[in-house]
Amino acid sequence: MDILAQVLNGLGIGSIYALVALGYSMVYGIVQLINFAHGDIIMVGAYVTYVGLVMAGVPLWAAVLISILFCGIAGVLIEKLAYSRLLKKGAPRISLLITAIGVSIFLQNLSQLLFSSSAKSMPAMFPNGMLELGALQVSSNTLLNIGTSIVMMIALQLLVNKTKIGKAMRATSEDAGAAKLMGISTSSTIAFTFGVGSALAAVGAVLYCNTFHQITPYMGGMLGLKAFVAAVLGGIGSIPGAMLGGYILGVAESLTTAAGGSQITDAIVFGILILVLLVKPAGLFGKNTREKV
Amino acid sequence: MAMLSVKDLEVYYGSIHAIKGISFEVNEGEIVTLIGANGAGKTTTLHAISGLVKVKSGSVDFCGNNLRTTEPHKIIRLGLAQVPEGRRVFAKMTVQENLEMGACIRKDKAAVEADYKAVFERLPRLKERRKQIAGTLSGGEQQMLAIGRALMGNPKMLLLDEPSMGLSPLLVNEIFNIIQDVNKSGVTVLLVEQNAKKALEIANRAYVLETGGISMSGDAKTLSQDEQVRKAYLGG
Repeated sequence: MDILAQVLNGLGIGSIYALVALGYSMVYGIVQLINFAHGDIIMVGAYVTYVGLVMAGVPLWAAVLISILFCGIAGVLIEKLAYSRLLKKGAPRISLLITAIGVSIFLQNLSQLLFSSSAKSMPAMFPNGMLELGALQVSSNTLLNIGTSIVMMIALQLLVNKTKIGKAMRATSEDAGAAKLMGISTSSTIAFTFGVGSALAAVGAVLYCNTFHQITPYMGGMLGLKAFVAAVLGGIGSIPGAMLGGYILGVAESLTTAAGGSQITDAIVFGILILVLLVKPAGLFGKNTREKV
Repeated sequence: MAMLSVKDLEVYYGSIHAIKGISFEVNEGEIVTLIGANGAGKTTTLHAISGLVKVKSGSVDFCGNNLRTTEPHKIIRLGLAQVPEGRRVFAKMTVQENLEMGACIRKDKAAVEADYKAVFERLPRLKERRKQIAGTLSGGEQQMLAIGRALMGNPKMLLLDEPSMGLSPLLVNEIFNIIQDVNKSGVTVLLVEQNAKKALEIANRAYVLETGGISMSGDAKTLSQDEQVRKAYLGG
């Protein structure tokens, strides 16, 4: 039972990785860019929540909503200001990657300037209690994390498969030139994808704040890296893959810590990545197949 | 006035002078074909029209609109649709979704529904396979899908880039029949082809493209009897 409890805990943390991994995966799927600034969007989301909740004292629901909207708009703006011109001119992917690192450093420094580099502590946000599931004890926050991530994944699947803009996203990711011929504005579609990914990162940020209660300008670094690992593990570009990758990472961490290996959790996480990629280079849900032409 | 008129078009790829000042026009209701060997500049010409490559100089006008200053994704809104080389269907999407993408600019739901019906009537094989992933279709079916997708934009003019490529003679005939049929329903056609024989059979007028310039032009029937054209493109 103890192991089961640890697995649940791991899924709770993994849900946060999963939400952030979705953003990496979506953006990669549409412009083949590893958006290294994506981790810092979590940080932005966390600070916006902090400003709303602690500094301005708005109600929780409003702070969460503001954070999600703010990050969504920030995602669109970053794409428009930093990436869209490069994409339009057909710049090599390496230029985009360097730009992403630049955006990441910019966001970290901006938040350091505004909030200083010392950590801020977040109050408890959602009521937390222990629930008894048979012999199993699990915190309500863990269930909140897992539930939120599942709802978000389903919503995202519906968006991508059932809506007009979602289909435009898939068309653009497959063949941007052909999508243009159909009349799809690929540049707005790409900006929209950044916005959705960033909004999901804000949801992850809220769950992160509620789970760890401490935020710094550099929190996006390791968290972003792990979410990136989750996305690659699951098969970058795949929505269920990003979720599964996040969960696997969270559970692996939690089990390692429970086994007394808290010093080596990060080594285990990256070790799993290497092992999976050795066996399945495209990740668990990644497709390496070629369609008939 | 011509529906599509290209004047003194020049395109460079870096230092390569790909299109060297060509001019041609397509009038309403016509099938006009642009024939030429591999590398003559046929696809580049179409990409220049649809804004997918940069034009150095010259003019491209469609129904009085300057296409050089029109963003690529707005060209379909003017009524000019393209069936690109290599079909370029969205391979991971279903047949139905591909057609939806073709109609994505349209707001008139009832007319779109009517056009689905019309496309499925014209291309019954697509109807059987509407739920199938496009990447699993055969080459001929993908070409039909690419044509159907373009028609869903309700175009006045259709640009077709090598629709016969990689297809068996039987399928080529089928595709060319479809093109004629589409033209009879009132859609003007600009057909770019390596298969000069078939193209000249169905076209009203033709232009011969050679290394980036137009070497001959005129009535399709007359050109198909021209000694030079026969030698170079029709196998004697």
